[in-house]
Amino acid sequence: MQQMRKLSVVTRACVGISLLVAAATSMAAEWGVNDLMQSLSQKKAGTATFVEKKFISTLNQPLESTGQLAFTAPDRLEKRTLSPAAESMILQGDKLMVERADGKKLNVSLSDRPEVSAFVESIRATLAGDKAGLEKYYAIVLNGKPEQWQISLTPTQSKMQKVISQIRIQGTKTQIKMITFLQADGDRSEMTITETSSK
Amino acid sequence: MVKRSTRYILLAWLLFIAAAVAVVFRTHFVADLSAFLPKSPNVKQQILVEQLKEGAIARLVLIGIEGGDATQRADASRQLQAELSKRPLFSVVQNGDPAAMQADQAYYFKNRYLLSPAVEKDHFSEAGIKASIQQLLIAMSGDSGLLIKKLLPSDPTGETLQILEQFMSSGGPRTEDDVWVSKDGQRAVLMAQLASSGLNTDEQALALDDIRAAFTKASQHTPQLKLVMTGTAVFSVYSRDTIKSEVERLATLGTVLVIVLLLLVYRSFRLLLLGVLPVASGALAGIAAVSIGFGYVHGLTLGFGTTLIGEAVDYSIYLFIQSGQEKKAYFWRTIRLGVLASIAGFAVLMVSSFPGLSQLGVYSIAGLLVAVLVTRFVLPVLMPTQLKMPALTGTATILDHVFEGLRHIRWVPIVLLVVSFTYLLMNHQRLWSRQLSSLSTISAAQSQLDAKLRGDFGNTDMRYIVSFHAPTQEAALQKAETVSGVLNQLVAANQIQGFQSPSNILPSVATQQKRLAAIPDQATLVKNLNAALVGMPVSADKLTGFVTAVTAAKQQGVITKAGLAKTASGVLLDSMLIRRANDYLVMMPLVPLANGLVTNTFQQSLDRAGLAGVSVLDVVEETSGVFGRYTEEAMTLSLVGSAAIVALFVFSKGWRTAWRISFPLLCAVVVVMAIFAWLHIQMTILHLVGLLLLVAIGSNYVLFFAEDETDRDLASRQKMEVSLVVANLATVCSFGLLGTSSVPVLSFMGSTVGIGTFLALIFAAMLVRQRYVKASE
Repeated sequence: MQQMRKLSVVTRACVGISLLVAAATSMAAEWGVNDLMQSLSQKKAGTATFVEKKFISTLNQPLESTGQLAFTAPDRLEKRTLSPAAESMILQGDKLMVERADGKKLNVSLSDRPEVSAFVESIRATLAGDKAGLEKYYAIVLNGKPEQWQISLTPTQSKMQKVISQIRIQGTKTQIKMITFLQADGDRSEMTITETSSK
Repeated sequence: MVKRSTRYILLAWLLFIAAAVAVVFRTHFVADLSAFLPKSPNVKQQILVEQLKEGAIARLVLIGIEGGDATQRADASRQLQAELSKRPLFSVVQNGDPAAMQADQAYYFKNRYLLSPAVEKDHFSEAGIKASIQQLLIAMSGDSGLLIKKLLPSDPTGETLQILEQFMSSGGPRTEDDVWVSKDGQRAVLMAQLASSGLNTDEQALALDDIRAAFTKASQHTPQLKLVMTGTAVFSVYSRDTIKSEVERLATLGTVLVIVLLLLVYRSFRLLLLGVLPVASGALAGIAAVSIGFGYVHGLTLGFGTTLIGEAVDYSIYLFIQSGQEKKAYFWRTIRLGVLASIAGFAVLMVSSFPGLSQLGVYSIAGLLVAVLVTRFVLPVLMPTQLKMPALTGTATILDHVFEGLRHIRWVPIVLLVVSFTYLLMNHQRLWSRQLSSLSTISAAQSQLDAKLRGDFGNTDMRYIVSFHAPTQEAALQKAETVSGVLNQLVAANQIQGFQSPSNILPSVATQQKRLAAIPDQATLVKNLNAALVGMPVSADKLTGFVTAVTAAKQQGVITKAGLAKTASGVLLDSMLIRRANDYLVMMPLVPLANGLVTNTFQQSLDRAGLAGVSVLDVVEETSGVFGRYTEEAMTLSLVGSAAIVALFVFSKGWRTAWRISFPLLCAVVVVMAIFAWLHIQMTILHLVGLLLLVAIGSNYVLFFAEDETDRDLASRQKMEVSLVVANLATVCSFGLLGTSSVPVLSFMGSTVGIGTFLALIFAAMLVRQRYVKASE
């Protein structure tokens, strides 16, 4: 009987532990896109530096560019390229303003250019934690845990698919560390991001 | 037994009618917008008028597909594009479909070494190639690197980017599902260019029918889709159809009304037929005279012409109703003065630079003269010696009483004059419309659609244009290149946002040859390329397409306009490089900064740069300029016409009588103007012409009242009054009908004359008619 009770204690403990484990696992599984987006949306502003490498099949070595990024919730994103040539891209609401090294400016309305819109939303909507904004153009898959996550965005529109096969965004908690664009023709670009301030 | 002189008169009349009929049969009738365009404009306006009439812009039809869902619209757009491209009446049809734009892309890509402004001496030297490739690599590392990298293998020196640069400032329509759509995405839009610039309205109508037929085919499974169109051709055809149907409707209704009226008065078919003779003869003579004088007759002239019924029929009314009176001499004297007054009024119209008005002048004078001559010489011959006019004594007595009563309120026109004049003075700034569009047959809804569709196409509003002309195409293109150089500086100096030049699409032969000369032979090119690639992340074996393309360009030689067949760029080139009878006209559209453009300042910038004969025009300003000039001219003409009429009165009647008979007409004119101002209807030149007509017709009334001596017998006086009222009724009926027309020019004139002549009769009765004193007293 004693043996039996002992066993049952062990069994119960085992059951208890396995339940706990199960609960822990299911908790981990419950950390999903919504949670990530929720935490990302808490961030109001941030600045970062970036190094972007483009791997292009026609070139023997990758092309590198560097610069700064600044994001202000909910919809302002600035990308200032400093090298090899100064160039800036400011996205505010529906307006995209591009200024090139020679001073030429170009204003684009995103609603006029759905393909550009899809492209810029991949970054802006992620930064803003705007899940609906992402889902407009992409199928989202999340991997990893809050400390180390990666979302894969696969374009849903055929026009976009012809250019981009997938966008991968890796991050730690609310920081985005790297954005990779996989192009349909096999070329890719990797942007490594280092946060310099955050609110 | 017919008298000899009578036979001659009838013979002469019949011969005249036969000749007139012969001329009318050969007459060319037009019903487009040409009547609104000036005959002798200044240089800038000349350009504008030419473009409105037959320029490349005039050849564009903008098409919209509405209703259904986006996919249905896109499908219909593609089918419509495919279908119309097959039809010979169109030179190019574009819907934004990349497939349809392929010819354009192919043209620029294939000819990039002749089109790129970067191709200069040393461009293909070792250093030149190295610098270009480095620049492209930098561009590839930037934000648009994804797109630019595709250029590297075949265009490592980035000529395509150089060419694109020139078109940067001009946006296009929004694209969705590979076809152009409106800003709100609710409408698919297409652009079709008619093949020939010399298309007349009939051919334009055929082309539009083609579009409708193709659309019906494209939308047979999606009946919820709707086709909308705009453009000069659409407007021309619509105006023509409206004017045509309106003129027919008004002529028929006007005739019926006057016939009914005359039958009521005469109660005799014979008299009715006789009464119509002067009108018909006059109308024939008028058309024949315009046809001989102008070579064609505008439909609008016919429209106005129906109004002549109103005046010409008056003469026979006066003759029949006032017949049997002793004082024939007095009767014809009055008629003669009335006709002379009308002719004096209409004569000034003949010198108008507005073709519609000068035709109206000729038509009216010829028509009136013949009508009155027929009344004077033919009708008395054909008239029964004993006219069996119905006894209108009852009506006449009542009328006489009414007129007598009106005398007691003769202060009314004076008060009205003062009030109206004050009101006009207070509102003098908004009396006149200065928009050419106010004369247009085009409805507000159509104008809105036009503005919307043009908006969808982005930069098609060609408001600011730099323009010049040159003797040959080559000279024109070379000058365009010089002008581009200056404009580029002005872009850099932030005076304008951008511009378009025909030389960006087709450079001059001289420039092309310079570029060809800058291309080395294949061996040198390969040597330079290999040397340039040392230390670069690109290997020569990836760039074989480059060597082939450069060599091919060198071999192919100079490109011509033929290479642009079936492309949208060809359409654009045609709109900027316009072949005229003796030279070429170049129009380069400017893209202004957000705050617009001051043409004078800009012109000074061009002049300072040493560009002779190059002018900047603001299309909006010039268009209102054309119209402003018309209004001024019409005001002058109306004043001169009225002065001529008054002078005639003074000459034949003396100052005192002239004043007495002019005063009621002045009252009528001022009151009519005040009525329009009060109703917030801005007056146009057609209202002015209407006022002139009112003076011409109204003078008949005052003259009859004024000629009336106090010692006349009551019966003949009453007959005269009845004839005036019947004549006025005929005028009010025919002009009132015009007033209901949907063609603004007809309606403006109709309402002015309709209201005005009625007032003129009433005022004349109040102010000029004398109190009846029994002859026996």
